Amino acid sequence: GMDAIMLQEKLVERLLCARGRTMRQKVDKQYVGFATLPNQVHRKSVKKGFDFTLMVAGESGLGKSTLVNSLFLTDLYKDRKLLNAEERISQTVEITKHTVDIEEKGVKLKLTIVDTPGFGDAVNNNECWKPITDYIDQQFEQYFRDESGLNRKNILDNRVHCCLYFIPPFGHGLRPVDVEFMKALHERVNIIALIAKADCLTPNETKKLKDRVRDEIERFGIKVYQFPECDSDEDEEFKQMDKELKECTPFAVIGSNTVVEARGQRVRGRLYPWGIVEVENQSHCDFVKLRNMLIRSHMHDLKDVTCDVHYENYRAHCIQQMTSKLAQDNRMDSSIPILPLPTPDAETERLIKMKDEELKRMQEMLEKMQQQMHEKDQ
Amino acid sequence: MFSFLRALKCIEILNQTTLSLVPQNEEKRSLSLGGHVGFDSLPDQLVSKSVTQGFCFNILCVGETGIGKSTLMNTLFNTTFENEEASHYQNGVYLRPRTYDLQESNVHLKLTIVDTVGFGDQINKDESYKPIVDYIDTQFENYLQEELKIKRSLFNYHDTRIHICLYFIAPTGHSLKSLDLVTMKKLDSKVNIIPIIAKADTISKSELHKFKIKIMSELVSNGVQIYQFPTDDEAVAEINSSMNAHLPFAVVGSVEEVKVGNKMVRARQYPWGVVQVENESHCDFVKLREMLIRINMEDLREQTHARHYELYRRCKLEEMGFKDTDPDSQPFSLQETYEAKRKEFLTDLQRKEEEMRQMFVNKVKETEAELKEKERELHEKFEQLKRMHQEEKRKVEEKRRDLEEEMNGFNRKKLAAETLSLSQPLKKDKDKKK
Repeated sequence: GMDAIMLQEKLVERLLCARGRTMRQKVDKQYVGFATLPNQVHRKSVKKGFDFTLMVAGESGLGKSTLVNSLFLTDLYKDRKLLNAEERISQTVEITKHTVDIEEKGVKLKLTIVDTPGFGDAVNNNECWKPITDYIDQQFEQYFRDESGLNRKNILDNRVHCCLYFIPPFGHGLRPVDVEFMKALHERVNIIALIAKADCLTPNETKKLKDRVRDEIERFGIKVYQFPECDSDEDEEFKQMDKELKECTPFAVIGSNTVVEARGQRVRGRLYPWGIVEVENQSHCDFVKLRNMLIRSHMHDLKDVTCDVHYENYRAHCIQQMTSKLAQDNRMDSSIPILPLPTPDAETERLIKMKDEELKRMQEMLEKMQQQMHEKDQ
Repeated sequence: MFSFLRALKCIEILNQTTLSLVPQNEEKRSLSLGGHVGFDSLPDQLVSKSVTQGFCFNILCVGETGIGKSTLMNTLFNTTFENEEASHYQNGVYLRPRTYDLQESNVHLKLTIVDTVGFGDQINKDESYKPIVDYIDTQFENYLQEELKIKRSLFNYHDTRIHICLYFIAPTGHSLKSLDLVTMKKLDSKVNIIPIIAKADTISKSELHKFKIKIMSELVSNGVQIYQFPTDDEAVAEINSSMNAHLPFAVVGSVEEVKVGNKMVRARQYPWGVVQVENESHCDFVKLREMLIRINMEDLREQTHARHYELYRRCKLEEMGFKDTDPDSQPFSLQETYEAKRKEFLTDLQRKEEEMRQMFVNKVKETEAELKEKERELHEKFEQLKRMHQEEKRKVEEKRRDLEEEMNGFNRKKLAAETLSLSQPLKKDKDKKK
């Protein structure tokens, strides 16, 4: 319990104090001073502030809003209206955004939570993930346009950095809708799969379900967010913690909006006749692991992967589509000569081939005749 | 069908005779007895007979895969029915009935548990309710067929009609799912439904209260009829009406035993506590067992037969065109109706046959025409190619002739040149000689 928490604090410290290590090297050279760069980066970033866009997706009633509130210790859903069963029979998926500015120790964070009410709630859920993929693509497109524009001073980054996908704990593993959703999104956004409402699973059942889900994720080829490998020069403690974190996925979480009294302390929890579930108790659920990973250690990596991988994929794909369309419109000149020529379509190729063959035949005939002529000559 | 006719004829005759036996204005008189006659043993005789016969009870469990249907059945009947874990990837919903012979003291129970495999797993659940409704109707149909037979053995018949449908609601804490509402609406006129909240150990007490109210109000506002525990029998009226107020039952199932105090009880062990299945402050399992098995099992069977089955039977027979009274309010002869229906059916059949034949002929004509067209096109193409080929050939011939001419011309020139060159050296010689 306490040891684990201390270890995790150490992890956070390490990530922030890279400069500490550099300082420890005893060199005889004259001190130049660029070792202060990390400090400068730190200072500037505090001044600039951070932003983060988190999407939550999953069927209604799996505790998404409660978990978000628990993660950021605030109440984002005060005036929410829930639909009843009849209204949900043919409900369409909506996308809603909540943006809040929160601050902690001088560090400002502009947090945007993107909700997907209606996902998986209708009787016929065919392609219910389409509005979500469209939304993510739209944000990419917006950023692409802004990035290619002339005035790039105030680009707003609305790209989705992470998607928490909630898997119900009532089944035996992933359901078809879970698989289809994750496959539609895994190349557009970082997906972190969570087992929701984990207080209905005993420790054995939790382990069994986690193993099953991990196995199915691999079997169906779903690419969920991978924690970056830790450096080989990290110490064993850190490596062990990192390993434990990775083996713990998918995280089994519980959220709570209420404070209860347990073991003499006031904690966030759920009160039952048979006991109290503490949200921040690591032997009760993986909430703390999720929070540390999502907020305290990997938030920036999630942003980086979004920018460097998902966005770049989108951008490259976009450009390719644009140039092939351009080449089709005006066959002779392509206005962007640097890029590789688009491959001609099948029809044109066939015609070219035909003409080539005709030409060849004529040439052969001519050669034959020349030969004949030559022979007659002799 | 011939035997059916004869059965109906018999019913007709019977109806007529009964009418003539009962005098029209008979008053019922009650008499007081002078001593103990002994017919108060009738219920005992009935009981004794039914115990010898054995009882039959059929439960249908409807709910998502993994929601705890099998575990609850094991917990209710305190035994382990064999079942494998179902997969989430079934293409559709199918029903899996399993029959078991149970015995408690001297009472034999033939229990059939029907499971809905794959329910709630498909992405498109528009058709999910159909296999369930079809199954229930099929059991009714089988019974109806047996009832209409001439030589029937109803006392021996294994009654597979569903007596109770336990509908498992997922513990979301908000409300019913859209699929739940749609399915229950399709089932409520065919079977007794008791809705239960499954895996209720994930809902806290306050949430549970709100959840139950929300569910019941949704059911009421959508006109879904669920089974009401009967309150007309004084002996059980009180407990039944208080139980009606606790619906839907929030249940937890477990076959594992945990030591609590100095006893082993069926429970689920969590790091934060132990949920005891039979503890009424933990869940409503005891209430469900009480209501379903210990008090109202017989009423459920009765309701199935007297209400749901009769409704099915009436609808089915009406569908076939049978009525109890004709437009003049005289008792309709089933026989006449049957004859009329039969004629109608045969003419209908003939018409359909004719239609199909016509369609077939048309189709053949169409295809023939298409093929002819294609043939013509091909022929045309062939001709065209032939012409092209000939044209090419001609061109090549022309070229060849030109070439030959050229060659000839060239040869002539060459010849001319040679002869010239031949004569040239002579001239030179001549010159030299000179």
